[in-house]
Amino acid sequence: MIKHIYTSALDFIEGQLSPDLLDTIDDLSRNLGGRKSDDFGYTPEQLKWVLPVAGFFYRRWFRTESVGLEQVPPGRVLLVSNHSGQIPIDAAMIAAALMLDAQQPRAVRSMVERWVPSLPYASVFFARLGQVLGTPENCRRLLEQAAPVLVFPEGARGISKPYKNAYQLQEFGHGFMRLALETGTPIVPVGVVGAEEQYLNIGNMDRAAKTLGIPAFPLIVNLLVPVLGWLPLPVKYRIYFGRPLYFEGDPEEDDIEIGKKVAVVKAAIDGLLKRGLSERDGYFL
Amino acid sequence: MKIAITGIAGRFGRLLAGLLHRNHEVVGIDRRPCRTVPKDVEVHCIDIRRKRCEAIFRQNRFDAVVHLQVLHNPRASSAEHYSFNIQGTDRVMSHCVKHGVKKLVLLSSANVYGPRPDNTQFLGEDTPLMGGERFSEIRDLVGVDMLGQSFFWKYPQVETVILRPVHIIGLVRNAPSNYLRLLRPWTLAGFDPVVQVIHENDTALAVEHALEPGIQGIFNVPGCEPAPLSQLHRLAECKPIAVPHLVAGPMLNRLFKMRLTTFPAPELDHLRYLCMVDGQRARSTLGFNPQHDLADTMAHLRLTRLLQH
Repeated sequence: MIKHIYTSALDFIEGQLSPDLLDTIDDLSRNLGGRKSDDFGYTPEQLKWVLPVAGFFYRRWFRTESVGLEQVPPGRVLLVSNHSGQIPIDAAMIAAALMLDAQQPRAVRSMVERWVPSLPYASVFFARLGQVLGTPENCRRLLEQAAPVLVFPEGARGISKPYKNAYQLQEFGHGFMRLALETGTPIVPVGVVGAEEQYLNIGNMDRAAKTLGIPAFPLIVNLLVPVLGWLPLPVKYRIYFGRPLYFEGDPEEDDIEIGKKVAVVKAAIDGLLKRGLSERDGYFL
Repeated sequence: MKIAITGIAGRFGRLLAGLLHRNHEVVGIDRRPCRTVPKDVEVHCIDIRRKRCEAIFRQNRFDAVVHLQVLHNPRASSAEHYSFNIQGTDRVMSHCVKHGVKKLVLLSSANVYGPRPDNTQFLGEDTPLMGGERFSEIRDLVGVDMLGQSFFWKYPQVETVILRPVHIIGLVRNAPSNYLRLLRPWTLAGFDPVVQVIHENDTALAVEHALEPGIQGIFNVPGCEPAPLSQLHRLAECKPIAVPHLVAGPMLNRLFKMRLTTFPAPELDHLRYLCMVDGQRARSTLGFNPQHDLADTMAHLRLTRLLQH
């Protein structure tokens, strides 16, 4: 009985997805050589269940506009983006853009915070969809597999910042640049405009976060409205993919030299954000 | 080659003796009585800490020693663990140096890295051994591994190999095999880590590879392809019970104290976090390739469950 319901539901969902998308998911499954999930626990079949929901938020809820998708080169690539919005919906929307709007759909692998594996359900959910703990070894392994890898060098500093700091890029980590230099991977800067307004954070309670052992404890105005307030505001998302940047140099260079290269990426993302902010006519348009 | 196997009376010891005696002369040492070994394997029933054990080394002039006799009984006292594991291993090592043993193979475990939330997916051999951080009862096993590492540097004339296999599955009576043999094992609700298991025959094969001349160093030994724990449950044909992690620890602790389970509470971390190893060195240097895939390994486990019943 349960198996029958599962099969019928899967057939219905497959009917909703485009043939290109189904081919991409089937290719990813085939590449596993008869296994259901890869070494990281990534199960491409699970994308079929999530993509309709992601598609709803991408197309209807956030009415996302993706610009410059054609600039993402084939093969291994590091997508480096600003991080915002209190919960990582921006990551889901970037991934949805590459799956739903790219000429050749691509499944993105992204790096998650170190506390995610401690969370029940979320840890499994992220892992099955290809999200991997953000360690240099994991990122290197994924790049060796020629996967597009999404990183947020601002980390928790970016996603949990209060609204007064919206669209101000926080300090970038240097790890992504060292990996790009080591593996000869092009970097595509990505600017996400809109996510800052989905949840309005009026400040962080640092002491509460420390006590609970979590990266941040934001005070979010939306959550004062029961149930409906838990949903993100239906702001308009704009995702800008910049020209690929190629860097050369020694990955073991000191922080000052690496920092100069990181600043180039940061400036590129900042440029994309400024462009997005100038092009929008309001939070919802 | 004349090989000594300490801990031969254990299930893995007997399995290894069965594999090695075809091509080598095997002598077993164990404090437990041992009956079911091949007839040409000579077994000495003696505690490795006893002085008389040295006489066996003196008389036999072993070419290689495979040290398996490591106590891991959650019910045994910490003092007994330390005395037997650390002192026993130290004695075996000093006998090796004194009596010209050319090769020492030490069977450690990938558990010495410890399952931790911030573990990278595949831990290399250089990863710090953090297994004792959350599970203090295995500090002596970490100590044995580190003893092997210091021995490696102090006595380069002895080719020392430390093998760190992932969860060994089979007739062996270790925690992972015992756990997967359960028909209603616990899982932690909302957690499904990817795990690595290795067929016991493959582990014996890795030891055989380690005995080859010229091989030395530390090797992680992953077995068949990694898979989520839920897939292992399906293949083991068991029906897990999901318990919220906040209550599972205190409950298991209580049950352990009441002697209603053999699993100490810190073992639950294996159901929650990753502890996977990178087997690149074992493949390239040791030339080890597992012969059994996951389906094979779990079919073997189901068979051992039937045998036990």
